[in-house]
Amino acid sequence: MSKFDFKHDIDIAWCPGCGNFPLRTAILKALEELNLDQTQVVFSSGIGQAAKMPQYIDASYFNGLHGRGLSVAQAIQSVNPKLVVIAEGGDGDMYGEGGNHFLHNVRRNPNLAHIVHNNMIYGLTKGQGSPTSPKGLKTTTQVSGVYNEPLNPVALALALGASFVGRAFTGDVEKTKEIIKAAIAHEGYAIVDIFHPCVTYNKVNTFAWYKNNSYWLNQEEHNAQDFGAAMNLALNQEKFALGILYQNKEKTPFHKAHPYYVNDSTPLVDRPKRDITKVNALLK
Amino acid sequence: MKESLSIVVSGEAGQGLATIEEFLVEALSMEYYVFTSKEVMSRVRGGNNTFELRVATSPIHSLRKTIDYLFLLNNNSFYRLPKRLLPTTVVFGEDAFVSVEEKEKYSLKYEILELTKLAKEAGSRMFANTILFGYIAGMLELNVKVAEHLITKRFIHRGEPIVADNISAFTKGYELGLAYEATLKLKKPASVPPFKVIDGNTALGIGLLGGGINYLSSYPMSPGTSVMMYLTNKADEFGVLVEQAEDEIAALNMALGASYAGARSMVTTSGGGFALMTEAVSLAGIIETPAVIHVAQRPGPATGLPTRTEQGDLNLVVYAGHGEFPRIILSPGKLEDGVLLAQKAFWLADKYQVPVFILSDQYWLESLGQMTSFELSEQYMESFTVISDKDYKRYQLTDDGISPRAIPGFGEGFVKVDSDEHDESGQITEDFDVRIAMQNKRMNKRELLLADYQDAELIGPKNYKKLLVGWGSTYGVLKEFIETTSLSDVAYLYVKQPFPLPTSLKSYFDQAQQVVVVENNYTGQFANILTLELGVNVTDRVNKYNGEPFFIEELNEQLGEVLK
Repeated sequence: MSKFDFKHDIDIAWCPGCGNFPLRTAILKALEELNLDQTQVVFSSGIGQAAKMPQYIDASYFNGLHGRGLSVAQAIQSVNPKLVVIAEGGDGDMYGEGGNHFLHNVRRNPNLAHIVHNNMIYGLTKGQGSPTSPKGLKTTTQVSGVYNEPLNPVALALALGASFVGRAFTGDVEKTKEIIKAAIAHEGYAIVDIFHPCVTYNKVNTFAWYKNNSYWLNQEEHNAQDFGAAMNLALNQEKFALGILYQNKEKTPFHKAHPYYVNDSTPLVDRPKRDITKVNALLK
Repeated sequence: MKESLSIVVSGEAGQGLATIEEFLVEALSMEYYVFTSKEVMSRVRGGNNTFELRVATSPIHSLRKTIDYLFLLNNNSFYRLPKRLLPTTVVFGEDAFVSVEEKEKYSLKYEILELTKLAKEAGSRMFANTILFGYIAGMLELNVKVAEHLITKRFIHRGEPIVADNISAFTKGYELGLAYEATLKLKKPASVPPFKVIDGNTALGIGLLGGGINYLSSYPMSPGTSVMMYLTNKADEFGVLVEQAEDEIAALNMALGASYAGARSMVTTSGGGFALMTEAVSLAGIIETPAVIHVAQRPGPATGLPTRTEQGDLNLVVYAGHGEFPRIILSPGKLEDGVLLAQKAFWLADKYQVPVFILSDQYWLESLGQMTSFELSEQYMESFTVISDKDYKRYQLTDDGISPRAIPGFGEGFVKVDSDEHDESGQITEDFDVRIAMQNKRMNKRELLLADYQDAELIGPKNYKKLLVGWGSTYGVLKEFIETTSLSDVAYLYVKQPFPLPTSLKSYFDQAQQVVVVENNYTGQFANILTLELGVNVTDRVNKYNGEPFFIEELNEQLGEVLK
């Protein structure tokens, strides 16, 4: 199917029926269809069931700490802009533990795809509320229901000036794949918030719930360059719009804006070794 | 104590004390041995800041507590200093800077020096610092040409007229200083070898460049930020990608990401910021990705004394990070070692795939001293990375525990690193046998890396019976103690790598009947490590933890009591 698929059997640690499976299929297809060189793709992820995704894809990865996948991805991309870098994790990982990195990497606009599994619940730690859990959702730590306002990641990303904001639902693998492809192809920071059910811990936001509470945008009709229109879609949470909400191709990505690359686009990792005589001149 | 003059200039933040200090130390370095250090309050303007310029007839790298000449720059600059006065101290300043009562109380030898008035006469209040530079240069009869050259170098970018005005202000100060009949004099040494005047920050910066640094991510925190500023200023010329992180957690994770992708990366911080990095230190341990971490110590706990000094974070860096994994801690005390150890840090981190710490402190970083010129070798730029083949396994089990490290994108293989326990390919595992193999492999490096232990230096007689031990910034003051003590059976062991320690270090303690560990902290953290790691019987501890470095007089007194 995809050269990024494993050539041997692997024991995948997800629950049967987990939304991570169709998402994996979508990612594998996206990588295949973009015809990427496997050795030039790097995943960076944190901790959680979502963050295990790179384990099940045949490419390089940095599976680091909870919440820090984006920081690591940004650094990898900045020292070797030739690589295709994908940061991936769940809603707790990326919006909770990694919230500050989310804020500031949107500002940096690094050329990477940021894939966030949003099932509105914590899975690996067994069913606690996540930053995106809806009010009223009974969880193992909010036993009488969530009382805090849920985070709106797409509106937040837009407000921060993200150059690509998308949302998908794994109920449609093909459409999800297309958005992931667009996010990878986008030169700059591209977030895709991905709805998918947690079959074990979230009995409210189920497959059917996501299906009934979301709709796919007609990308021909929606002007993704219209920030106001995108923000309207993002703020309307009665029914969640799916698709590419916003894309700004004009924004300079980090690896072209940083002073290190302004006059010389040679990747850091390809530059010649430092001349020690120049350093020794500082000791004179 | 070595023969010296201690000149203290006391003013407030924003008065340009650092400029006078730099001028004086550069000019003095041509004709005297000199060492200088500043102490500042944690504020941007106002308060009371001082610097001490210690001028000597032989090499020195430490401070005196007592003051010979005190220059006051405002009416708020005297109140903290009376306990540092000698009966012979001469105080210079405007008459109103010290009250009549205080002048009487301390029997001050008070010389009126109206810098603001003189500066206005010279054309602008702005010249006050240059006049003071001239005055002190005149008192010490320094070479005028050297001073003029320094002034030109400093002001030429602002135009010839500014240079000329400053030189004339300098001359005015110089003549007054020359005319002053000094009561305390210091004979000029016959000759002084050429030195580079340098502070710890710059020494580290140069060493890091010599080690091949090309990526730095950090969040500002005093006193760790100066290294970041130095490298930012050199970034264009030397090719360093500097990124200010949103927090320290991001900083070290970014440095590890950069290192994984092939950069020579580092972070610089202080204790509080480093506390936030500890999870990522542990990550570096398990993913075996090199990282250099500069921790500039200041007194804690928590915010503590933000602009002062302490050696209180050795335990923190020795034990930082959950789980067990090897690490290296280097701590320079000599300026030369600042350069050399910083250079070697990257090489060690790469060679052994472990986190390497450079542990400094505010006092060491911000003191200016004289360093003999030398050249760095290219040897430490060596990278230990490999090009991956199709079957590449990042954590391949090898005889010595070091797995060849490839960089993603270079070769046909995949580079998989995992904070979970992993198998040879880097895949997550919960197999107990694999766990044991991987933990053994990582911990095996603990012994292995001692092959590159940074040897300690013994200063003093080889047939010592009493051994003083210090690490890092206590070097200058302990060395002066050894050079000036009347005791013939005392030596000083200057430790450059406080952790981990090789058993060979024990031999230094075999002949010592008394082991005195001198540390700028409360508990004697290194003394504890010596006992814990090597079973050394530490007989005495000398500690200081008020936020200041050791002064030579204090150390003489404290050691005098201990070395009986």
